[in-house]
Amino acid sequence: MSYFSDIINGTKTLLTGMRVTGGYFFVNFFTKRDVITQQYPNNIETLEMFDRFKGEVIMLHNENNEHRCDACTLCEKACPNGSIEILGDKAKDPETGKNKRFLVKHIYHLQMCTMCGLCIEACPVNAIDWGQDFHHVEYDRSLLTKVLNKPGSKIMSGIKG
Amino acid sequence: MKEFLTDQLKTQEYFLNMGPQHPATHGVLRLLLKLDGEIVRNVDMDLGYIHRSIEKMCERATYKQIIHLTDRLDYLSAHMNNEAVCLLAEKALNIEVNDRIKIIRTIMDELTRISSHVLWWGVTGMDIGAITTFMYGFRERELINDIFEETCGTRLTMNYNVIGGLRYDIHENFVKRTKDILTHLKKKLPEYDKLLTNNIIFQKRLINIGVISVEDAIAYGLNGPTARGSGVSCDIRKTHPYSAYDMVDFEEAIFTEGDSFARYKVRIKEMWESISIIEQLIDKIPNDEHKVKTKAVIKLPVGDFLQRVEASRGDFGVYVKSNGQKFPERLKFRSPGFANLTALNKMAYGLKIADLVAILSTIDVVVPDIDR
Ligand code: SF4
Ligand code: SF4
Repeated sequence: MSYFSDIINGTKTLLTGMRVTGGYFFVNFFTKRDVITQQYPNNIETLEMFDRFKGEVIMLHNENNEHRCDACTLCEKACPNGSIEILGDKAKDPETGKNKRFLVKHIYHLQMCTMCGLCIEACPVNAIDWGQDFHHVEYDRSLLTKVLNKPGSKIMSGIKG
Repeated sequence: MKEFLTDQLKTQEYFLNMGPQHPATHGVLRLLLKLDGEIVRNVDMDLGYIHRSIEKMCERATYKQIIHLTDRLDYLSAHMNNEAVCLLAEKALNIEVNDRIKIIRTIMDELTRISSHVLWWGVTGMDIGAITTFMYGFRERELINDIFEETCGTRLTMNYNVIGGLRYDIHENFVKRTKDILTHLKKKLPEYDKLLTNNIIFQKRLINIGVISVEDAIAYGLNGPTARGSGVSCDIRKTHPYSAYDMVDFEEAIFTEGDSFARYKVRIKEMWESISIIEQLIDKIPNDEHKVKTKAVIKLPVGDFLQRVEASRGDFGVYVKSNGQKFPERLKFRSPGFANLTALNKMAYGLKIADLVAILSTIDVVVPDIDR
């Protein structure tokens, strides 16, 4: 007796399950409403990420190609895995005549960065921030080492070094 | 004929490697099986394939830096792991956080738990042979991950808790999105039951498979849903309430059968409980600061500190021995997965290989958590 009730029960539970999957199959086939799988974003150019999305660390520049970084190296010290190297130098400030530190290169190793955000938090002048780019595919890992200050950029006036 | 075969043909036990690259071990876990035909006689676990010596790294990291390393333990309960370190430092430094922080942390914890359990549900189905569940599990998980991404900036390794509060305040869409996901889940979870829980094939694969008694569960130090499937009451949220868990009313999911199906039911019930916890809190987020001011360099006072939280897989503990410097002198993580895995041999003895896969997925192993 239990043999037959097993068969009937088994078929019944199977059909209940298939009603769920079948429902999605037909509804989605006709309405394309709940389509849940998609290709790797092929709308990369137009895709908008959430505004807090952590893609990479970038340095903010204004329209005159000026940044706010005064090479204080606090971000370098805050980073848990040495992803940031600051190359700074000293030069005479023409206004005050004192020696002043300035940034030569802000080197950022994206391949080592864990997106922890400690560098951005540590920066006293908000010179760096999150960038939204997530498409970091390269054939060579050395290409992921970036210089964050743009070529020819200099420090904004009013930031004390 | 049968006698002839047993007399003339020799049988012997043999060894088989399962893993380290095996889809059912959910990571790089190597199981050395001693088999008699298809019957499991012994399971040896070989760990170390993904050992990153995180505990040692923590001895060279400031307390702020330790938090983001805990994301990389059990990546499916990143938020709880972060919280454990933060709660520990707050306890040591006597930092009192406000209700807003506590409630947001709790909601995030429960969202993490749901997203971890829906993933587990999908993967369990797939391990047992139902590929559809994997897709359905991910459908819900993606929506929850969207909430995380909007508020925390990342989907998996959130790193959202900081010592003394939260990194950012919640996003303005957070409450609405969370309510949406709750209504969505309440519609979809009954579907899970129709699709998998009530399915007779699925039940037969789990019921009376991998039974472990209460006594054994306690003796092996099992924790989390795995132990609650054997009737052990061990929910840290109940026994040592932290954050906002003393403000809410929820039931600890306990089943007493001790088999794989009981462990399955515990997790399904936990999802419902998590939904109810979030519902109780989501309208009660008070207006306040999202962060308490702390010193720039955090140094814990001399002494030993311990903090336990209930991660998705069980009791996650952080133990710090501090000598008053900015680095801990010694730090130990107590991970739920490691204790749960030790009982695998006991559970799988005498069963078939296919049952071992079912047991492994109802224990819900996450290998980076076991192998730190
Ligand atoms: S986000 Fe973290 S890991 Fe990455 S550069 Fe900044 S501090 Fe270093
Ligand atoms: S980015 Fe900020 S923290 Fe880093 S060196 Fe420049 S000013 Fe200092």
